[in-house]
Amino acid sequence: MTRLFARNETLVTLILIAFCVVTSLIDPNFLSLPTLFDLLRNGTVMSIFALGVLLVLASGGIDLSFTAIAAFAMYVATKAMMMLGLGDSMMFAILFAGAIGLLLGLINAFFIGTLKLPTMIVTLGTMNAFQGFLLTFVGTTLITQVPLGMRSFSRTMLVRLETPDGTIVSLPVAFLILVVLATVTGLLLNRTTLGRSIYALGGAPESAERVGVRVVAVQYFVYAYVGALSGVAGIVHGAMARVANPFDLVGLELSVIAAVVLGGARLSGGHGTLFGTLLGVALIVVINNSLITLGIPSTWQNVLTGLLILVGTGLPAFRAKLATQRAG
Amino acid sequence: MTPQTEVCLEGISKSFAGVRALDNVSLTIGKGEIVCLAGENGSGKSTLVKILAGVLRPDSGSIEIGGHPYPHLHPIEAVRAGIQVIYQDFSLFPNLTVAENIAFNEQLSSRRKFVRWRKVREVARGALAKVGVNVDLDARVEDLTVANKQVVAIARALLQDAKLIAMDEPTSALTEHEVHALLDIIRRLKRDGISVLFISHKLREIFAICEKIVVLRNGRKVADGPAREFDLASLSLHMLGRRLESHARNRGQEHGEELLRLDRLGRGQQFADVSFALHAGEVLGITGLLGSGRTELASALFGLTPADRGRILLGGQPVRIGSPREAIAHGLGYVPSDRLTEGLFLPQSIGNNIAVSSLDELSSNGVLDKARVRGLIDEWVRQLQVRTPNANLPVQSLSGGNQQRVVLARWLARAPRVLILNGPTVGVDVGSKAEIHDIIARLANAGMGIIVISDDLPEILAACDRILVMQAGRVVEEVAGDTVDEDHLAARLAG
Repeated sequence: MTRLFARNETLVTLILIAFCVVTSLIDPNFLSLPTLFDLLRNGTVMSIFALGVLLVLASGGIDLSFTAIAAFAMYVATKAMMMLGLGDSMMFAILFAGAIGLLLGLINAFFIGTLKLPTMIVTLGTMNAFQGFLLTFVGTTLITQVPLGMRSFSRTMLVRLETPDGTIVSLPVAFLILVVLATVTGLLLNRTTLGRSIYALGGAPESAERVGVRVVAVQYFVYAYVGALSGVAGIVHGAMARVANPFDLVGLELSVIAAVVLGGARLSGGHGTLFGTLLGVALIVVINNSLITLGIPSTWQNVLTGLLILVGTGLPAFRAKLATQRAG
Repeated sequence: MTPQTEVCLEGISKSFAGVRALDNVSLTIGKGEIVCLAGENGSGKSTLVKILAGVLRPDSGSIEIGGHPYPHLHPIEAVRAGIQVIYQDFSLFPNLTVAENIAFNEQLSSRRKFVRWRKVREVARGALAKVGVNVDLDARVEDLTVANKQVVAIARALLQDAKLIAMDEPTSALTEHEVHALLDIIRRLKRDGISVLFISHKLREIFAICEKIVVLRNGRKVADGPAREFDLASLSLHMLGRRLESHARNRGQEHGEELLRLDRLGRGQQFADVSFALHAGEVLGITGLLGSGRTELASALFGLTPADRGRILLGGQPVRIGSPREAIAHGLGYVPSDRLTEGLFLPQSIGNNIAVSSLDELSSNGVLDKARVRGLIDEWVRQLQVRTPNANLPVQSLSGGNQQRVVLARWLARAPRVLILNGPTVGVDVGSKAEIHDIIARLANAGMGIIVISDDLPEILAACDRILVMQAGRVVEEVAGDTVDEDHLAARLAG
């Protein structure tokens, strides 16, 4: 029982519930199927990013370049498919963007794993380099006429329902991609030797090396996986918005990292769960959405998100400090 | 019947950058034998263990494990041959559970791709049963005591079919009670036919457990024989290469004026009703088991976790000590037990570490007087005989005993009237230990009041004029240092 309450997940769940209760008291329409679908739709891309961030944080690193990778993969894949006339299949678009992301991730991995440079410095550098390269050599114009595959993807719905008052609500198929990726990532982290090696590396790098974890190989995997996830997130984002904007996504990375940290991952590495991560994203998305519903200026989002990070990460740390003091 | 030989090292030599770390050292360990590798810091113990583990390659000499020669022993080969080393930091994963820590190596080396959690727990439970200790399988290792972390590390080693477990200074962070539990575990391992290489410089433990003693000094083997052929004096002679003089305190001498008095001091559940007085020139010992409140009392005196009941009087005047700053202003100094995490700035230079608490006195109008800083550093490096070629080197380049001197120097530079030393010789070798006791005696003779907190009973007895025994947060006995022996004190500790 005490263990349950010592977890970040519990705290975030409680805040989430409290927020939903308050919002639904003010706006009775809040607790409804349309709202739920809205939230799921709006949270899809951020959640895919968060899966990658969870992996990096668990391994003891940090990645600031994933949004730049996503924008790069989305824009380059879209533009190439247009030029080559290969845009009929969304599946192809996803694999294409994922592959571009994976390659860019490998560039991060080379600097981090092979050259042993600090992850924050490397990804701060590559974030700027990837975005600069994209804008300088690939293009700066919006592509509003995205390929057919992406357009039909944005119109394909997983569920389509009609509410009693006649409005049609629907959940896009993009959500299914999140479900698949989350399941794969969860299994990877909890059920495979590779996944446990990632946590081991994040918890105690020297020990991991000593007991025979192939540290460099694990790092290559982590950054390649994050790159691929980011590529997929990028193209899904572009498809759902039906526009490929090279200026998009970059700038979002700190919010995503914040959501993952809120869910229990630690910047010092070795901690974080899939469930907590998704909860963290859910909380941020719910807040952003309900503030709009309640008519509160969107600048308040930042204030609230900031306070939540302070509370969500500060409270467990404070409790741990109290516990050690009591134990003496 | 001679025991079967498990490990045989012949004529091992190893140099680092021209410095001889090991010079023609041979070592044999029989099956189920408990061998002690003794020696001061820097004598080559760690190098020899690393060679045995395949981490370092010797320049010359041969290695035989279980009858097989290993001309180029690789770490993986060493593990396969049954060699397990438990390093001082245990190489555990603080963020993972006990079960996973124990089973992780086996999981890796079996090359299984997937984790079966039921199997992990089963394996871990089995390994802990072999050690004979119960630890919560689901606890995170970061929440365990040092002793339990050690148990986890031993259990993990056993899972790798260990035939020889080498333990590097396994008792340096354990309390008296935990040391006994560890020695029991080692005896149990022996019964199962597992050999143990016990690396230590604590003489009493060596005699309590070891069958054979090998002593290294400056990279050479200077003694090798059954434990019964050694006694305390001969062993320390071999380790040091010189005789340790006995530094009995000049007891019974008149002490000076009263410096510090506690009147029914207490804090929360940690300790209560602690009263005593400390005089100039006196060394007061406070001992007790972990959790007896000894460390909490020291933290309260120094304002780290201020007391909430009772009074503190300095020179007869009641004072409030609510923070370390106030304590320092009142002339108190505190050397914490864990100098690595609480006391020293490891990557910083020796000089900076000494000068850091005196910066206010060494500056005028907020600007540091470099020459005076230099003078202060040189003065204390000389007075406390810190062995370093250069005070600009980082503190982490020093051995444990010398690091402890740096912490001492820092406080002495402020000329405190009362100095509180918590575990002053934890992780320090025999030679340095005697010298630190010497320094304590010298300081007291110069009129300082000193409080030594320790669960190292021989140390308390050697260094202190008066001893307070704490139990469950209260002082249960006060004795003069020359009227008790170790057995009596040990019995009082356990209650």
